Amino acid sequence: MTSVQPAGKRPRHVTIGRIGVYAFLLSAAAFFLLPLWIMVVTSLKPMTEVWEGNILALPRDPTMQPWLTAWAEACTGLDCNGIKVGFWNSVRILIPSVILSILAGAVNGYALSFWKVKGANVLFGILLAGAFIPYQVFLYPLVRVFSQAGIYNSMLCIVLVHVVFGMPIMTLLFRNYYAGLPVELFNAARIDGGGFWTIFTNVLLPMSTPIIIVAAILQVTGIWNDFIFGLTFAGRENLPMTVQLNNIVNSTQGERAYNVDMAATILTALVPLVVYFVSGRWFVRGIAAGAVKG
Amino acid sequence: MADVSIRGVSVAFQAVTVFDQLDLEIERGEFLVLLGPSGCGKSTLLNAIAGLLDVETGQIWIGGRNVTWEEPKDRRIAMVFQSYALYPRMTVRKNMSFGLRMAKTPKDEIDRRVNKAASMLQIDHLLDRRPDQLSGGQRQRVAIGRAMVRDADVFLFDEPLSNLDAQLRNELRVEIKRLHQQLGSTMIYVTHDQIEALTLADRIAVMKDLKIQQLATPHEIYHHPANRFVASFVGSPRMNFIDGWLEASNAGWSFTNGTHQLRLDGYPFEERPQPNQEVTLGIRPEHLQPAPQGVWTDFVVEMTEPMGADMLIWCRSGPDLLSVRTSSDHPVEVGARIALQLPVDRISLFAKASGNRI
Repeated sequence: MTSVQPAGKRPRHVTIGRIGVYAFLLSAAAFFLLPLWIMVVTSLKPMTEVWEGNILALPRDPTMQPWLTAWAEACTGLDCNGIKVGFWNSVRILIPSVILSILAGAVNGYALSFWKVKGANVLFGILLAGAFIPYQVFLYPLVRVFSQAGIYNSMLCIVLVHVVFGMPIMTLLFRNYYAGLPVELFNAARIDGGGFWTIFTNVLLPMSTPIIIVAAILQVTGIWNDFIFGLTFAGRENLPMTVQLNNIVNSTQGERAYNVDMAATILTALVPLVVYFVSGRWFVRGIAAGAVKG
Repeated sequence: MADVSIRGVSVAFQAVTVFDQLDLEIERGEFLVLLGPSGCGKSTLLNAIAGLLDVETGQIWIGGRNVTWEEPKDRRIAMVFQSYALYPRMTVRKNMSFGLRMAKTPKDEIDRRVNKAASMLQIDHLLDRRPDQLSGGQRQRVAIGRAMVRDADVFLFDEPLSNLDAQLRNELRVEIKRLHQQLGSTMIYVTHDQIEALTLADRIAVMKDLKIQQLATPHEIYHHPANRFVASFVGSPRMNFIDGWLEASNAGWSFTNGTHQLRLDGYPFEERPQPNQEVTLGIRPEHLQPAPQGVWTDFVVEMTEPMGADMLIWCRSGPDLLSVRTSSDHPVEVGARIALQLPVDRISLFAKASGNRI
């Protein structure tokens, strides 16, 4: 018995158009990868090699010394303890800020979507409007408020700022996620005797893993990359890594140690980079959700 | 004594009045079905009884207590939802015991009640699974089980079978009826499915346009519908309606529409009929029978629908297209001429203007 074959010529998979698409995509990728390439190879060269000016070439004599210098010895002003001080400052700012802002957003979103809060829509509108006002507008008034309260230039101050400014987008994220859940679930929990907090912790939080991951990605990258809040509110002792990096790159006396600058920059970018690579598909959802913010 | 009593209740939902000044009394142990098309307010009424929606006016009494402003958990009610509403991150056992755990019931008491409900519903073997590992029928059983362990006075069902396929629906319907017999609790059941309503209910409240159209036993609803809406909504295949008017003669009242006539001797008028009053005559397909010497003649068979045991014959005479439900043992040819028998004690007359039964 013979099987029936499809009639006609099988369509070609490699077409001119397809080649064009790949060529464009590859050149675009190369264009965006080039800076990273330059940074990595430069950070692995001794300064003698950097002076030769061949910025695309692989290091002939690779060395890790610029990385070690950047981490532990580079000078910011008078201190020469490297960027590790900033790294740990950033970590100490990041952890409480991320946890508290996500919690605040989750509770807000939960209250707004399930409990009939009087004027919920107005409140939510005001909160969202806050997300559209440029941060710079808030800086001076906040400095005044915090110094009146006596907490200006402290860890508490910078964490508070991150939590407050993360709130609109976190609330939006969680509100929209909870609005997509069946209200019957909430009703069932109310009849079963759950209160405001027990329903939140027992029923809704366990279901929120996907949106918590998205929120965490947004907040970790956002807070890690922050410069202006850190510079303004953290105080000299708690300057985050981004500010330290700027100081290292700008305050070197004498010759510029390009290789150390590059290594310090990559070290600073490492946390968001790792988050991007590890989170993959979650990050796309985060972008999509964040896109609402504009 | 009424177990659930709704007194002059109005509910506004998203700034729209859903119903106005509604009164309803439900006896202890009664199975009441709220029946109506989507958007008639039946689910809203159920949510108001459950305390999930606040009332604008009126009072709700459950078990002799005014619970109008009490929290849902304090009303001694249990509720089963259309979408099951099982907590997705908990096992079946955790789902069923959630309410008891919230109420800080002792652990052995929780185990006892959960096991009892599970064995009644034959879901013992599922207790350690999660909801996403269950079929639709099993999920709804778990949801019913979760309601049972609460030991409530009143069970509220919000279209519990609507998400299930036809066979499971029949199975669970029987199960719910059996549960009602075993538990003897008051049950209020919302559905748009008239078969569920007719099979389960002690009394049915047919709702439309935010009002109760008729509140009566299934038999009464089916055989003496209070208005044209109830008549057409309940019963499948649908009741036949023929528009015409009343004529008075020395011999009594008769119905006519120009082509056909029917003497109304013995029809129990509920209102005084007026001569030439425009009315609609309603008769169910199974009460019309083909006859050699019928009252109404000259009907031509247009189409037949065999339905297993029965057969539905669609026949026309002039403007009147009627469906006749008859035994499938006597085949009828399309195009054949038949006469019909109309028993006067089976017909319903509705005033054309108001739609109400006369």
